Amino acid sequence: MKRDIIVIGGGAGGLAAAIAAKEENKDVLLIEREDRLGGILNQCIHNGFGLEVFKEEYTGPEYAEKFIEKARHLKIDYLLNTTVISLTKEEDEFILYTSSLAEGIQKYTSKAVIMTTGCYERTRGSIVIPGDRPKGVITAGSAQRYLNIDGYMVGKKVFILGSGDIGLIMARRMHLEGASVLGVAELMPYSNGLTRNIVQCLNDFDIPLYLSHTVTEVVADEKHRLTQITIQQVNERFEPIQGTEKKFDVDTLLLSIGLIPDVTLLDNLPVETDPLTKSVKINQACETSVPGLFIAGNSLQVHDLADNVSKESERAGHHAADYIDMKRTKEKGIPVQAGDHILYVTPQYIDFSWGNAEIICSFRSRKKIEKAALNVTQNGKTLIRKRLNFVVPAEMETFELNIEDIDGIGDIRVDLEVLS
Amino acid sequence: MKKEFICIVCPRGCHITVHEDGSITGNMCKRGIEYVKTEMTAPKRIVTSTVRTVFSEMPRVSVKTDRPVPKELIMDVMKELSKVIITTPMSLGDVVIENILDTGANIVLTRSCMK
Repeated sequence: MKRDIIVIGGGAGGLAAAIAAKEENKDVLLIEREDRLGGILNQCIHNGFGLEVFKEEYTGPEYAEKFIEKARHLKIDYLLNTTVISLTKEEDEFILYTSSLAEGIQKYTSKAVIMTTGCYERTRGSIVIPGDRPKGVITAGSAQRYLNIDGYMVGKKVFILGSGDIGLIMARRMHLEGASVLGVAELMPYSNGLTRNIVQCLNDFDIPLYLSHTVTEVVADEKHRLTQITIQQVNERFEPIQGTEKKFDVDTLLLSIGLIPDVTLLDNLPVETDPLTKSVKINQACETSVPGLFIAGNSLQVHDLADNVSKESERAGHHAADYIDMKRTKEKGIPVQAGDHILYVTPQYIDFSWGNAEIICSFRSRKKIEKAALNVTQNGKTLIRKRLNFVVPAEMETFELNIEDIDGIGDIRVDLEVLS
Repeated sequence: MKKEFICIVCPRGCHITVHEDGSITGNMCKRGIEYVKTEMTAPKRIVTSTVRTVFSEMPRVSVKTDRPVPKELIMDVMKELSKVIITTPMSLGDVVIENILDTGANIVLTRSCMK
């Protein structure tokens, strides 16, 4: 049976997308690989969720439950313990093969697909850490899962490399569970986490943060277990400075060194990728260069807040429903270019065939800027100019464009200007 | 004793110092003074954690204090939580410990357990 829309991934993004599409009376199937809906929210037992969407503060599991309840109420079909192993498109039809213990390999077809597959953690392999390769070096998100879902500690003497939010949250969590957390090292001269987390996760428990520091040595015992790490201060070219070595006796090194959108499922589709987001390019409807293939949440761009994942995915759900209702001739669209001091910007195209879709743009700055001006221009014409204070890479910024202001030809440029 | 704070009222994140004589420096606006005063006099935090269960499908279930508790009691709250074992199916919001350590806060489940 051909579905209207298949949503891949049942976390903060997939739930919101499926709900939005179902509310427009589309036949929706949600596919989740874990044994419960909610995705990473289930292991995020800390609070701080929901302030944007519900105007109330929830923990991750509570936030997930709000959406799961609604999905149940709407009688959205979903599969658990089911992994999508291939995604292709023939003519106007998407073909998905899934794998599960209960059903083996199954085939599903749909008119549209929404990818809400989240992201994965950068591992030790993606950065250079000299020294041994022992047990006890693990990503912060994996440790979070082991502790909060499976219920066991990964170590008792912990150091954390990278000041991303998961690392900070895990510093507090491990401390509360009785581990001694010796410090957090961050390569950059500023933290990559939200200030709130620096205060409530590190300062509250006197856990030191070493800015402009990195791990330069990892030592294992004869049983290949981690015993000691060395950190060193780095100069502005990120080279370790001699004489600044500090040694810590630890059994665990947690890595919180970044997240990468998980879009490996799209390898067999002619999607246009974006090296800046490490995901794929979209138009303002969250539609990729493959008509009917939508993407949102952390598989599109890594967000700071789950609330923003839900909001973006809800939009993708509406647009996918719209796609089912109305045949449109897809255009390549007007490119949106990341200019001065801009790390990336989404959407990467404005497509006039989606003229009814609101244009919500997101971007991150490349560096910390105290006083900045956001300039959005096309053909020398200013579309938006606004003052921004305290722009940091760790905090995503958004702006909205009006389709009536945009010319049918000429790239749109997004720049940050440093004001003195 | 001199104390240092990072203000979290706005994204600026001022590094504020409270000196021994009670004077406050480093704040770029007056909201920083309010923040530091609260932090100095009665800092409180919501505590989130997990408790054990007897169910192999869900060996841990997440909990929180339903209101902020004094910061200095956080580790004592954790000690109380380590004594809890959930033995019957319970729902999100159900109270696990009432009025923990006389703080007026209850420990409640933040997800349903086997229900």
